[in-house]
Amino acid sequence: MSVDLDNVKKIAKLSKISLKESEGKKFLTDLNQIIGWVDQLTEVNTEEVAPTFSSFGADEGIKKRNDTVNDGGYREDVISNAPKSDEGFFLVPKVID
Amino acid sequence: MANLTELCLYEARDGLKNKSFSTKDLILDHIDAMESSRYLNAFITETPDLALKSADLSDDNYSNNTNRPLEGLPLGIKDMFCTKGVLTTASSKMLSNFIPPYESTVTNNLWNNGAILLGKLNNDEFAMGSSNETSFFGSVINPWKKNDKQAELVPGGSSGGSAASVAAKIGVGSLGTDTGGSIRQPASFTGTVGLKPTYGRCSRWGIIAFASSLDQAGPITRNVRDNAILLNSMCSHDPKDTTSSSKEIPDFESSLGKSIKGLKVGIPKEFYQDGMSDEIIKMWNNGKDWLKSAGAEIIDISLPNTKYALPCYYIIAPAEASSNLARYDGVRFGHSINSNDINEMYELTRSDGFGDEVKRRIMIGTYVLSSGYYDAYYLKAQKVRSLISKDYNDAFSKVDVILTPSTPNSAFELNEKCDDPLSMYLNDVFTVPINLAGLPAISIPSSKDKNGLPLGLQLIGKPFDEETLYSFANIIEESSNFESLDDIWWLK
Repeated sequence: MSVDLDNVKKIAKLSKISLKESEGKKFLTDLNQIIGWVDQLTEVNTEEVAPTFSSFGADEGIKKRNDTVNDGGYREDVISNAPKSDEGFFLVPKVID
Repeated sequence: MANLTELCLYEARDGLKNKSFSTKDLILDHIDAMESSRYLNAFITETPDLALKSADLSDDNYSNNTNRPLEGLPLGIKDMFCTKGVLTTASSKMLSNFIPPYESTVTNNLWNNGAILLGKLNNDEFAMGSSNETSFFGSVINPWKKNDKQAELVPGGSSGGSAASVAAKIGVGSLGTDTGGSIRQPASFTGTVGLKPTYGRCSRWGIIAFASSLDQAGPITRNVRDNAILLNSMCSHDPKDTTSSSKEIPDFESSLGKSIKGLKVGIPKEFYQDGMSDEIIKMWNNGKDWLKSAGAEIIDISLPNTKYALPCYYIIAPAEASSNLARYDGVRFGHSINSNDINEMYELTRSDGFGDEVKRRIMIGTYVLSSGYYDAYYLKAQKVRSLISKDYNDAFSKVDVILTPSTPNSAFELNEKCDDPLSMYLNDVFTVPINLAGLPAISIPSSKDKNGLPLGLQLIGKPFDEETLYSFANIIEESSNFESLDDIWWLK
């Protein structure tokens, strides 16, 4: 499969990355090169093969823990890296008119 | 007294224990080495004041005989590990102002064992790269040069600063992370020992996430013994990472010197590549001979799906990255660009904060996860991953370890592969399958190419059998007589 410039713009939009026109063309070339290369996986017969989402837990399993509060109360720490904050809240541009 | 940076981790440990010198002496020499080696650009943040303060505490602990396993030993930490109160950037503009209010589990374990932070090490942006050239803070320079002493070379990546600093004897060891070869490939390029532990051996909590099902922390050191010592202090079961193992943690150092007599070494035929250099083949053959002399049996094996590992990885890793990096929105932390419209704020922030390689991977990941392509790419890759894992499971029913080269070539020149993403990706052809299968693997410096540059052998082990890897690695190390770097040209 391959992508065209409109596809690249759509992918960028979904990725929340704005692209200049010249960047779009550069990524179009790169993406098509990479997509063309990963397409070789179509050669592999994967009928009746189950997907592996993680290599962990084959013998010990993912552990559950009790859903209890055991830490917290760091409001100032949590907010300390915020580009904009006010009275312990993150500030964002207005989203509802 | 000779410069204390000449001492490796266990020598420095023993010297401190015997009170041959103080922690402060050791730290001062390492700070001096760090500051006089800035040309290599290995460190993004230096923490000399913190280190000296910690040295006082360590010296007290030695006086009171309350010293811990890594008491007073200076380490560099890849800038992917969150360190409380110390700038942590992932080598990205996006996090160029990020000061974590918490400490990663692995580094916390090291500090609890007495180790001392020397500084934060440069890497490829968000650990995406194989040459350390995608860093927002500039390329790291490999301390090794060819015999002609001309061109400057890349240290490999993404843990380029971690490997370069250890090769240059700044710190007694360092931490890296390895998602597709990011510890083993730079270790091979710099003549250092780098281990990627089994997935789940070390907690990922507090490590800036790239591809969560593949990421693992691991040590880079001057020799195998140092590596085993450092790994022991890194591992723990961590309730904050549900994929961290609760298996017992053995004493890795004691696996050095164990006999490998009668153990079986697999040589996968698929790792012989068209156009592979004679030097790599010769090194591989030497490795086989050394292990045979030590009593191991060499067996030819097949890992039939090897050629699909890289394309499989370049679907799965970007898919996970596109999801993990969605958090960089300019709202809660990091770089941010103002706008009155929230979507525009996201787009401008991410467009300005991420470099090209990161954008490429986010877009590839978004594409393979998008409606209509999910089954054809993402799900397909996860199925191929099962076949790759099965290859290794089958092989390990016949052998105890697998021996391969770590990389298809030695260190290359700066800017040589920057403009061609695919040729850069091919650097990881021997390391990537191991992450997909979640196995442990170690790179050991084994020989030099015709230009005098280091080449590494890779040993791959069964899940949670790092001990056998260390036993074998120790034999390769003793047999190879690899001479470490002796030309400190960057100080001149």
